Amino acid sequence: MYLADRSAPAGAKTAPDGAPVRPPAIAPTVLALGAVSLITDVSSEMVTAVLPLYLVAGLGLSPLGFGALDGVYNGVGALVQLTGGHLADRVRNHKLIAGIGYGLSALCKPLLLLAHSLGPVGVVLALERTGKGLRTAPRDALISLSTPPESQGRAFGVHRAMDTTGALLGPLAAFFILNAAVGGYDAVFGVSACVAVLGVVVLMLFVPSGAAPGPAPEAATKRDGAKRGGAVGADPDGTDPGGAHSPRVSVREAAALLRLPRLRALALCAALLGLTTVSDAFLYLLLQDRTGIHEQWFPLLPLGTAAVFLLLAVPAGALADRIGRRTVFLAGHALLLAGYGLLLSAPHWPALPYLVLVLHGLFYAATDGVLPAAVGASVPAKLRATGLAVVGTGQALARFGCSLAFGAAWTMWGAGPALAAAAAGLCCCAAVAGFVLRPAAPDTEPDSATDPARLPRGTR
Amino acid sequence: MTRSRRLLVLAAAVLLLGGLAAALVLRSAARAEQTHAGDPTVAQGRVALGQQDRLAFLNGAGGPHRGALVSVPLQAPQTERTASGLTCQRFHAAAGTGVCLNSSPGALAQDNKAVIVDSDLRPLHSFPLAGTPSRARVAPSGHFAAWTVFVAGESYGAAFFSTRTTIVDTRTWAVEPDLEKFSLVVDGRPYASGDVNFWGVTFSKDDDTFYATLGTAGRTYLVKGSVSGRSVTTLAQNVECPSLSPDETRVVYKKRVLRGASLWREHVLDLRTLREQPLAEKRSVDDQALWLDDRTVAYALPAEGAPDTTDLWTVPADGSGTARLLAPAASSPTRLG
Repeated sequence: MYLADRSAPAGAKTAPDGAPVRPPAIAPTVLALGAVSLITDVSSEMVTAVLPLYLVAGLGLSPLGFGALDGVYNGVGALVQLTGGHLADRVRNHKLIAGIGYGLSALCKPLLLLAHSLGPVGVVLALERTGKGLRTAPRDALISLSTPPESQGRAFGVHRAMDTTGALLGPLAAFFILNAAVGGYDAVFGVSACVAVLGVVVLMLFVPSGAAPGPAPEAATKRDGAKRGGAVGADPDGTDPGGAHSPRVSVREAAALLRLPRLRALALCAALLGLTTVSDAFLYLLLQDRTGIHEQWFPLLPLGTAAVFLLLAVPAGALADRIGRRTVFLAGHALLLAGYGLLLSAPHWPALPYLVLVLHGLFYAATDGVLPAAVGASVPAKLRATGLAVVGTGQALARFGCSLAFGAAWTMWGAGPALAAAAAGLCCCAAVAGFVLRPAAPDTEPDSATDPARLPRGTR
Repeated sequence: MTRSRRLLVLAAAVLLLGGLAAALVLRSAARAEQTHAGDPTVAQGRVALGQQDRLAFLNGAGGPHRGALVSVPLQAPQTERTASGLTCQRFHAAAGTGVCLNSSPGALAQDNKAVIVDSDLRPLHSFPLAGTPSRARVAPSGHFAAWTVFVAGESYGAAFFSTRTTIVDTRTWAVEPDLEKFSLVVDGRPYASGDVNFWGVTFSKDDDTFYATLGTAGRTYLVKGSVSGRSVTTLAQNVECPSLSPDETRVVYKKRVLRGASLWREHVLDLRTLREQPLAEKRSVDDQALWLDDRTVAYALPAEGAPDTTDLWTVPADGSGTARLLAPAASSPTRLG
């Protein structure tokens, strides 16, 4: 948990005498969810790292067909996310829905061993993706609901940093196993399943179950925060004291969410910017194409982005809490735009690939956790998961659309013009987003009218 | 549940799952060293590319020689295998030159390379690869080698999976890193597109002509190319992984039977008439077949019951006869001599 501890100075300096300037501690729930994500990401990235080789060398398949399948998964995944979010609010048990999502993904790992041709492998991966889609919104809602409004950015930053740590450790674990057991893909999938089950166990043990728009978790957060020892297990049996007697959430009520101007603005901006965010895979291909880096470095490019994301997610989140999530979110896109610019001009600097990767990682640090933090601050607690899912789905579908459009543009015009078009689009969309999100209704302000439980804490 | 109770449950879960995971790894590691009753027998020995009337392939049977290049008598391919010390994911050889695509787990990512070996399997030159090995071929003269790798994004979450095909001159070590840079004529017209992918090169004896698969805009084509002219032209549609017959009149290839589905049937195309002939193999073959002679082709099929190995099969190249097992637990066949 050193990540969380290290994040403390980034938020605000703790006064030596423990004066009120002390930033609120990261809620145990957030640390627990971070641990669950870390463990689950180790598990899924283990599979990801060896899957192409398993398909080609192990099963003798050609994975070219995946490109097509993948688009379908992304569409399905986005819609599942919406379902997961709404379901979580409906049954008022975010932990249950997230748990089902994590469980489904865990179940898929051993199933991979039984799938011997591309069709069944595709089905298993689709199920895995469904599990991921189901859990995303309830998990982010739990993070959001267990954190006071003024430190949402930092909480999401901590979660994303832990998540990315898992993603970096996964391949290491997989290659360690393959070194120990030659051709041991079954061992990789088996261990991956064990790790995934451990993730579910941690979720069940240490994450309270409530959507809990009541005051109890708040109190718990405060109490545990005060005696926080850095462990994930400092949470009392969290149930759902507030939710049990609150009215049921209907689809109509959920749909009415879009009448919230702030949420509508955020969803619109997320989708608009998503439309012009070139997918990672394309970016790395562009990077290789335009800087001429050697082939053997290609598989390492995503690690560069992940490392920067991992290191800066917490500071970026804390910064967003302090100077405004809108500013940081837009700055993140400006940095991405700078990255596009560098790739377009392709100056002959030896440092160019590093620079682009740093900008790309910064983009993730400044946006990936900051967006849900902003959404969390503008959606009532009982619809938190639905609201997060609406924005997340909009963003995912837009990014999928961008992949299709970018692929088509690349095909028709070539890499350079396609990137130039994306950069121009990003420029326009960022301008629109800057206008739409202008601080008429500051996003750092909690919507206290709809969210009585989130009384501001601290004196900042 | 109290906090200490939960920590206790967590510790128990960690121990249980950790033990299970360790057991899985150990079992897998032990199995890698084990041979099974009924498996082909393998003995360490000398394999040289010049040996007459022998067939070489990569051994898929469990045990210490799994993945090694082995050779067997061409007339008795199911007898004892002689194993070399060379391990590959894909292998092909001709005229005393071999290409071995090797993929080993590195620390942070898969470490993929193409190694050109001489007739005693000594490495002559090594090239780093950008992705997972897929196809490998050496020209009949041994003067050129080609390989195809899959270049993936960082995860199966990335909506992109493409191929990269490289040709190397084994005399000068001059490299054509990417066939996509060649000038391209599709259906008689110059063609340029960002989604062009090439895979599955097969060479002619003339040290210039090659055939390969071109994939673009959702279609696949058989292309004929010239290394010296750095150009390719399409000949026919729906042809993947061609392999040129020794008399150079036909190619055997896999034809996709259903658009969008990963189902292929082996066909032979007459290069003069462009007439195609389905072969007697009814199962879906996803391999670049090898001509054992002008009448017979060999290819790999996933082994029944063993998910991580393939068997080698043969079938007559004229559509007659039936498929016959050539060698169990084997892949990447190549004729020596």
